[in-house]
Amino acid sequence: MKTISRLGHEARLGWTLVAPALAVIGLIAIFPLGWTVWESLHLHELRMPWLGQPFVGLANYVEIAKDPRFWAALAHTAFFTVVSITLELLIGLFLALAMNRVFRGRGFVRAAVLVPWAIPTVVAALLWRFIFESQGGIANALLVDAHILKESMVWFIQTATAWVPVVLADVWKTTPFVALLLLAGLQNIDLSLYEAAAVDGANAWWQLRHITLPLLKPAILVTLVFRTLDGFRVFDLIYVLTGGGPGTSTEPVALYTFNALLQNLRFGYGSALSVVIFAITFGLALLYVRGLGVRLGGDET
Amino acid sequence: MSRTVRAVRVPSRKTAGVHWGQWVFGAALVLLMLFTLFPFYWAIVASLTPDAALFRDPSLWPQHIIGDHYRALFVDRDFITPIRNSLIVAGTTTIFCLCVGTLAAYALARLEFKGKAAIMAFILAVTMFPQISIVSPLYLLLRSLHLIDTYPGLIMPYMTFAMPLTVWVLTGSIRQIPKDLEEAAHVDGASRRQSFTKILLPLAVPSLATTGILTFIYCWNEFLFALSFTLGPERQTVPVAIALFRGQYQVPWGEILAAAVVATTPVAALVLFFQRRIVQGLTAGAVKG
Repeated sequence: MKTISRLGHEARLGWTLVAPALAVIGLIAIFPLGWTVWESLHLHELRMPWLGQPFVGLANYVEIAKDPRFWAALAHTAFFTVVSITLELLIGLFLALAMNRVFRGRGFVRAAVLVPWAIPTVVAALLWRFIFESQGGIANALLVDAHILKESMVWFIQTATAWVPVVLADVWKTTPFVALLLLAGLQNIDLSLYEAAAVDGANAWWQLRHITLPLLKPAILVTLVFRTLDGFRVFDLIYVLTGGGPGTSTEPVALYTFNALLQNLRFGYGSALSVVIFAITFGLALLYVRGLGVRLGGDET
Repeated sequence: MSRTVRAVRVPSRKTAGVHWGQWVFGAALVLLMLFTLFPFYWAIVASLTPDAALFRDPSLWPQHIIGDHYRALFVDRDFITPIRNSLIVAGTTTIFCLCVGTLAAYALARLEFKGKAAIMAFILAVTMFPQISIVSPLYLLLRSLHLIDTYPGLIMPYMTFAMPLTVWVLTGSIRQIPKDLEEAAHVDGASRRQSFTKILLPLAVPSLATTGILTFIYCWNEFLFALSFTLGPERQTVPVAIALFRGQYQVPWGEILAAAVVATTPVAALVLFFQRRIVQGLTAGAVKG
């Protein structure tokens, strides 16, 4: 039914309608990205305008490669990402399986888990900071009462214990999102598979391992991509919870870059850091899509 | 029930096992709910507790309730200003993105043309952009345009994440609206413009509302740009204002938590009210592959 001319007309109309949105994205996202790359090849200290903006080639990148604080920040980011995503996937899977069942109060559970996802990350971070704040705080009180801790402690003074509220807050805030993505995947699974398995006498554990998990793999991978990229961008949460401290021992790459840019006003170096973060996230996304064959969106029905 | 059962390929169901499993399941769910709700509960309790009692033998039940922190928030601190700033910035961004995004989403959901898949991939890629990677040029750009610490100076950067999000969610949502009515109208000789304005738009109102809510929530919660491109309390948004709360001698936890409660309530209400639609909007397209 579709003639060539109709298709040509549709193409023109399609591009015309998409153009404004693409123009906005191009102007305020892609063009600045190019600018970041350009800045990263220059020396640009906003504090020292008399230095001008000389071209320095890859000097900023060489400095990054030799910068121990950058490598430490990268390690913190990777650590945070791996630990929190592992917990989120495990708890999220449980929640998704739970929400997929019929039980009294299911509506309440669904609504309740969505609220942490929807509130500002800054607020989530503050709530958890308050829970772990001071030796007289509620976390200390409860843990001592439950005899898990002998005496109350100062959580934010040591690196190892400072990570606890950070990871907890992230798990608290993003597990709902993970659970929802997995739940959407669960709802795509053909129920007759379970019925057939039940007729054959398969128990719940067998069904989980041989039906649910294999068929849920695409959803799990998509979630993994989203969460990994989120994890590498982490900023708000740690800015508020620990400020990167004690010292810089919980500082993620985004916070280090922010400090280089807006605290120290080193725009050349900070831009180079930005480019490195972009390259890492881009590389990770490519790795997932090419290496694991994750199909993001892209359903053309 | 391990060895014997594992030997059989398809183990048989045991009634006792199911009951036991259900108890564990229920208990785990209750624990998770406590974990989810406790921080909110504790924030509300603390926001009503005098500062002096906050860290001294905290009790799970409120002892003496006071409203001082809320009064201080609005009288001494002018928390109205950041709320107004957030409403203006998030509202304007959302409306603009919906207007421009609807056209794009219509084309991507309904028209067949070359390059569509590439555009979708591009938009998805931009939603995963690390914000920090464009902070430096945006700062320099806004500074040269004298837009640091202004509303347009926040609305423009917000488009970077709001526009791709809006187009992506809206496209997924419009795809789920049946095409039949539009196709029937085309057979009857209606033009594209007519079928879009007269048929699809009215049907898409719920999609637009859901997308609008999602975009608004993302803008309301944004922190990095708002922190980078504002200078003082005049133009700070709610998250920045709360994060930078300072007292004269110590951290004013009572007021911070009161502010947290105030900032959370509207979002929580939106989410509880539109729960089903938000979940649909969030997951449409994401897991369809």
